[in-house]
Amino acid sequence: MLRIITPIMRIVEIPMLALQRLLGINRLAWAFLLPNLVLFGLFAFLPVIVNVFYATTGGDNVLLVDRPYVGARNFDNLMDCSNFLDPNSCREDKFWRAVWNTTWFVTLQVGIMVGFSLLTAIILNRDIRARGFFRSVFFFPVLLSPVVVALIWKWILQREGVLNAFLDWTGVGGINWLVDAQWAFGWSVFISVWAHMGFYTLILLAGLQAIPRDVYEAATMDKASPWRSFRRITLPLLSPTMLVVLVLALIKGVQTFDEIYAFTGGGPGTATTFIIQYIYEEGFAGAPRLFGLAAAASLLVAGVLVVLTLVQLWINRRNADV
Amino acid sequence: MKKNILMTTALAAGLGMVAGAAAAQEIRFMCYSDGNECEVYDDVLTRFEADNPGVDVIVDVVPYQAILENLPVQLAAGTGPDIAKVTDLGGLNEYYLDLAPYVDAGYWTDSFGETLNWYRAGADDAGIYGMHSQLTITGPFVNATLFEQAGVELPGAGASWDDWAAASRAVAEATDADFAMAIDRSGHRVAGPAVSYGAQYFDAEGNGQLVDDGFTAFAEQFVAWNEDGTMARDVWAGQGGATYQDAAQEFINGELAFYYSGSWQVGRMDDQVGDFFDWRVVGSPCGPAGPCSGMPGGAGVVGFSQTEHPEIVAAVIDYLAQEEVYAEVAARTRNLPAHLGVAGAGVEFEGASPAAQAALTAFAADLENVSPIAFAYQGYAGNRAMFGITVERLSQAIVGELTVAEAMERAASDLAAAMAETQ
Repeated sequence: MLRIITPIMRIVEIPMLALQRLLGINRLAWAFLLPNLVLFGLFAFLPVIVNVFYATTGGDNVLLVDRPYVGARNFDNLMDCSNFLDPNSCREDKFWRAVWNTTWFVTLQVGIMVGFSLLTAIILNRDIRARGFFRSVFFFPVLLSPVVVALIWKWILQREGVLNAFLDWTGVGGINWLVDAQWAFGWSVFISVWAHMGFYTLILLAGLQAIPRDVYEAATMDKASPWRSFRRITLPLLSPTMLVVLVLALIKGVQTFDEIYAFTGGGPGTATTFIIQYIYEEGFAGAPRLFGLAAAASLLVAGVLVVLTLVQLWINRRNADV
Repeated sequence: MKKNILMTTALAAGLGMVAGAAAAQEIRFMCYSDGNECEVYDDVLTRFEADNPGVDVIVDVVPYQAILENLPVQLAAGTGPDIAKVTDLGGLNEYYLDLAPYVDAGYWTDSFGETLNWYRAGADDAGIYGMHSQLTITGPFVNATLFEQAGVELPGAGASWDDWAAASRAVAEATDADFAMAIDRSGHRVAGPAVSYGAQYFDAEGNGQLVDDGFTAFAEQFVAWNEDGTMARDVWAGQGGATYQDAAQEFINGELAFYYSGSWQVGRMDDQVGDFFDWRVVGSPCGPAGPCSGMPGGAGVVGFSQTEHPEIVAAVIDYLAQEEVYAEVAARTRNLPAHLGVAGAGVEFEGASPAAQAALTAFAADLENVSPIAFAYQGYAGNRAMFGITVERLSQAIVGELTVAEAMERAASDLAAAMAETQ
């Protein structure tokens, strides 16, 4: 084997040595990184740059050359509000409704999901019967396509759905879940938690299993209560994992679109319209196609996600320093 | 020697195939179906291919959403098909191939009359761009069995929206039907009723205008009917954005007394209601402003100027526009004909039950009541924007996010912003 590889490597060595002489040893790393950088630039940086161009142009033409430059007009339109807390006072009221819906959704969904995921992970980490089965049950919804999740729950919750049939049978009487704004929003949060908590449970479970057993044994010998062990051992040692879960869940929450769009279409009215749906509808589904406004809104969302990521990095570094 | 002959023959055959492939002119036809339209076109175009050796028309069947969302982007990027069946008739005008230089313009004008205007850019445009393949008109289906069970007379010709609302409410109360009335969640569907309430849809200069006294009067009544339970609230409040939602399933299930939709639903009613109950099509109700107008519409087959084979594209569409071919397609697809010659001769719709035949005849008869405003609105290039705004803002008023006055204010500003973007 070596007899085959060695001559090949000698052949490769010739241009590499020449390249090294040409670039110097420090710059050679860039030559190795170049293929990856080209692909990354093409599929990650270039779309961002193109997006910036779209955000600063107007009209409904797709081709950039046909689009007039409008500067910051799209951003101005989005931010034109006399009171940011009241979407009705904003020029782009649908954008601000989507922003506030997303804010509430992310707050509730992430809070509930991380809490339930932690609780589930703790239970599944204990020596309970059929533990493997329950782990599979909680992870199963993660494997479903978002549209399947939406259709299952729509089937359950529609006016003549399974839940209302049950409520009618019990004599309680059905509720038109998807036509009432509060119920539709509440169910959207619930479905999103149901669909995604298995993934975060899995991460937290791995984090729990990484905590050394002897720490708990020492606490038991010191007669620490279970609650004290949880607060003083589990939570501190799990905090790096919790941080990852929190940031991932936050980013995923802001990006929520497909399952809720298939579930409620964003309704009733705009009650479950989130920011990505707003971008999609302005840019692609509506008429005229306001690519500029959609691009500007997407850059604002990207900005929020960058801030969330920076906060994660900052907290990570701070924890590492401590 | 034998081997050489075999090789030479194989080479010649191979070269022949390559040359044949190079000579074959491939035409891509992007088609969506409400029923069996694409299947019938594919079949009919096989005969065109037989008459025109070397031409290969490929019918790509796509969902309607692809026609609405993907096709415009493909056209803008220069990667669209050669031919498509579209519903945004005036909105895609900039991409159309003008068929006038390739076809008998006199025949087309005589055959398709006013519908040719729906595809044009404006009054000064005399081009021939599209063959209106599927003429539709909005109108009500009523569950006659429910009316009979309730002992309520069907309001006769000339009945108003209020008359139908009162009668449908009485039917729903008497029969425990879930809903009295429903209108599809679509800006197109409410346009006819709005015109009946006095909506003008155009200002004095002929520009699109959504909000006026007539439209506001209709909006107030429509929202009130959703609030008091006359209208099935699920249809408009159960969705967000400008998403389309119909109430056909509720009607088919026998839960709805009066369902305002359109002629394209006849096939579905015929197939799915069967003899479950007696259903009928009645003319569009009249409004306080006078007209008893439905909204015309439908789909048409157009060619695109970016095609590499304009003559063939024109020939394909012209073939479909010939009276005998058009009549065959109309009969097999059970669509109302826009071809005046075919409509005049009458169509025996294939496989249609007496109820479906009567329904299609009733819809065809109601075409004469279509208001000129509704006719012009169907061909207006900005109508898709106006339809979308109508749905979004009316829905917000129905669910209580906005008052009707606020919704009207927003609708007007949305339209102004949309117009400004497209100029």
